[in-house]
Amino acid sequence: MSANLIALLIEATGQTLYMVAISTLLGTMFGLPLGVFLAISQRGELLSAPWVNKVLGLVVNATRSVPFIILVVAIIPFTRAIAGTSIGTTAAIVPLTIAAVPFIARLVENAIREVDSGLIEAARAMGATPFQIIRKVLVPEALPSITLGLTLAVVSLIGYSAMVGAVGGEGLGDLGIRYGYQRFMPDVMAVVVVILIVLVQLVQSIGEWIAARVDKRAPKGRGQ
Amino acid sequence: MSERAPKGASIVFETVGKAFTKPGGGTVSAVDDVSLTVEAGAITGIIGRSGAGKSTLLRMANGLERPTSGKVLVGGQDVGTAQGAALRAIRRDVGMIFQHFNLLASRTVAGNIALPLEVAGVPKPKIKTRVADLIDRVGLTAQADRYPAELSGGQKQRVGIARALATEPKVLLSDEATSALDPNTTQTVLELLKDINRELGLTILLITHEMAVVRDIASHVAVIDNGKIVEAGTTYDVFTAPQHPTTRAFLSGVLGVTLPTFLKDKIQDTRPVGPAEEVVRVTFAGKHATDPMLALLTRDLGLQVNILAGAVEEIGTRPFGNLLVSLDAAKGADARAYLERHGLLTEVLGYVG
Repeated sequence: MSANLIALLIEATGQTLYMVAISTLLGTMFGLPLGVFLAISQRGELLSAPWVNKVLGLVVNATRSVPFIILVVAIIPFTRAIAGTSIGTTAAIVPLTIAAVPFIARLVENAIREVDSGLIEAARAMGATPFQIIRKVLVPEALPSITLGLTLAVVSLIGYSAMVGAVGGEGLGDLGIRYGYQRFMPDVMAVVVVILIVLVQLVQSIGEWIAARVDKRAPKGRGQ
Repeated sequence: MSERAPKGASIVFETVGKAFTKPGGGTVSAVDDVSLTVEAGAITGIIGRSGAGKSTLLRMANGLERPTSGKVLVGGQDVGTAQGAALRAIRRDVGMIFQHFNLLASRTVAGNIALPLEVAGVPKPKIKTRVADLIDRVGLTAQADRYPAELSGGQKQRVGIARALATEPKVLLSDEATSALDPNTTQTVLELLKDINRELGLTILLITHEMAVVRDIASHVAVIDNGKIVEAGTTYDVFTAPQHPTTRAFLSGVLGVTLPTFLKDKIQDTRPVGPAEEVVRVTFAGKHATDPMLALLTRDLGLQVNILAGAVEEIGTRPFGNLLVSLDAAKGADARAYLERHGLLTEVLGYVG
């Protein structure tokens, strides 16, 4: 493999990491509050607002129903409005983020709903405001699950990022398609796949390591 | 906080009712027309079976549940209608401990105790010293940086108590705080609650289904059955002269004076014809609790008295005895009159032919 190709691979890896990192960050910024709200706005919960909850739930489901490759194309005008252009790696962050937000929101929602309702009751009995309960009880207690959820989201985004070649986004997936497939260079394809496998493994291991670090609960399944 | 009165606050339930709407329509009444005054600075126990409404009643004292009728006053403030910031202010004056502790797994012992102070907006340095004091008070200095998962049940409840005391409340609510603990740990936790009550003067309202808990720490008791308070008074009075069947049922387990089984099968409510024995429960209370009354009975009336079961207990520092005896039914009325004259309480449980 030529030095040129190796440089391409390194560049593509960087682009993938860039897209995934920024979209994870933005996805979490919007997805975390949305997920928390979805969890606590259910009937009888902290900020009971069943109708708002239903409508938001529908929007989230609708977004998650759209196959990513179609989402990318469907929101091109929106992407252009946000990023100034609809093609390129940076522009690809827009659809990636749009896909990440509802995904992360659902993961966060599930994590928050797992928090023992007794803790919410204890916090209410202390005179905590709903916002204090979210910040000091719900999110810290759900953090191990949220961390694992975000790990899952990053892995999915690495997969999604391979499709953004359709709108001129670069990265490993795009490289694999253009060189490995269209130029019949199976060695490039193989290296791309190996790099993706290593990336996913790394993300998974780091995510699990962090989750274990923040998890102060008793170890499960050992007679506790 | 400096102008805070050293004494606890009273809790007054005024014809309080709580009805829940059933999912399929209709309502269930959990608490029904309850009027009860919990004296400031006292330890009051509410005892009842599960589902009797005791938990609902307790949770109305800090607004976790709202009454559907009547009023709940804590230190004169209406909890039942307080909203938002006013309700949160009242809640800071009312600590609560729970059966399952409800500690944050993500926070250390110190962090858990600091939570109500953070919530109340206490400055960080002050939180630090206050938390250190509280940890010391509940005897967990060595565990300050441990997480709840590393603690025993009794230690967890100590954290719960320290957390409940953090904002210097006037009232402490205890929701079955010892029900998940073993008997020894229960005793140490009850001792701690007693100490706190004595030293800080705060009011403790606890709910339990164990009469032993009431006996060990409560000066007052209310018995709740089916959402209604069926009996209330000082623990001593209720223990020595229970009026309601539910109270008696709770007491029979704790007094250690139940009929031996061989008698239980034979005992009948009406006096049989011919010679028979009368089975009597004699309760010695107050200054007579330790009198050798049966010896006197034998001396003065010439009666043979069989002792079937008995125990002397202490409530607070006041002893009271409970004795099951059988004696000749023909002289039963005389014997009971004699005992009553000497300040003892008697109750005929039945006859054995």
